[in-house]
Amino acid sequence: MFIVATIAIFGGMIFVLIRAFSGPTMYDRVLAVNLFGTHTVLLIGVMGFLFGRPDFLDIALLYALINFVGTIAVLKFFRYRAIGDITQIPDGMADQIADSMRGQMSEPRATSEGEKGA
Amino acid sequence: MSTGALIIEVLSWICITSGAFFVVVGAFGSWRLEDFWARLHAASVTDSGGVILMTIGMCLQAGLTLVTVKLLIIGIFLFITGPTATHAVANAALMSGLRPRVAKGLVPVEPAPLEPSGEPEKDDDDTGDFGKVGTS
Repeated sequence: MFIVATIAIFGGMIFVLIRAFSGPTMYDRVLAVNLFGTHTVLLIGVMGFLFGRPDFLDIALLYALINFVGTIAVLKFFRYRAIGDITQIPDGMADQIADSMRGQMSEPRATSEGEKGA
Repeated sequence: MSTGALIIEVLSWICITSGAFFVVVGAFGSWRLEDFWARLHAASVTDSGGVILMTIGMCLQAGLTLVTVKLLIIGIFLFITGPTATHAVANAALMSGLRPRVAKGLVPVEPAPLEPSGEPEKDDDDTGDFGKVGTS
């Protein structure tokens, strides 16, 4: 039973890694990395039961914590270009950030529609 | 093996194998679906169904020990933070201008701009405020 679950989670991790490397937009990659972290937590738990030593669940809990905080931190960094306080962004830079992000996002949308037509 | 232990074993089997099925389905969908929003939908399958079922199956396998408490903590934490992280990714993608595809004949509704820094963005595309969403 646990060997089936382990193989299934390994297969899922390979699929998610393919998406994380080939995602057309940044948000695909962030979503895939978040999903990969969830798979890692489940894999640590299942492999602990598979080898008869379910002592690694503390490490799985730590992975879950770091995965959530890391996802939120990456999203905040790419939104505001700053990790800490948002008010540290200098004046006039917010419009520039918004314009640059809009320019980034319009180009991959065209490529994904091109993939769909192919 | 007594009857109760057999029932618990079978329930654990069912939970873990169906959880593995949901995990694989979510990962396969996030690989093969063609749109970001469709991939988001597939990733939620793993975050909700797979995590809950596999945690319940492992709890049934562990019995009443400290391992069950740790598994329940992990399960509750993943059950809260998984959909939250997915929602954060979706919100960031929507705020940055990525839009889902719209079926033919429907009019897309632009969401109201959210500017947390207090200085409003120049409003060039007539999106309106929160009260007007859905009336266009």
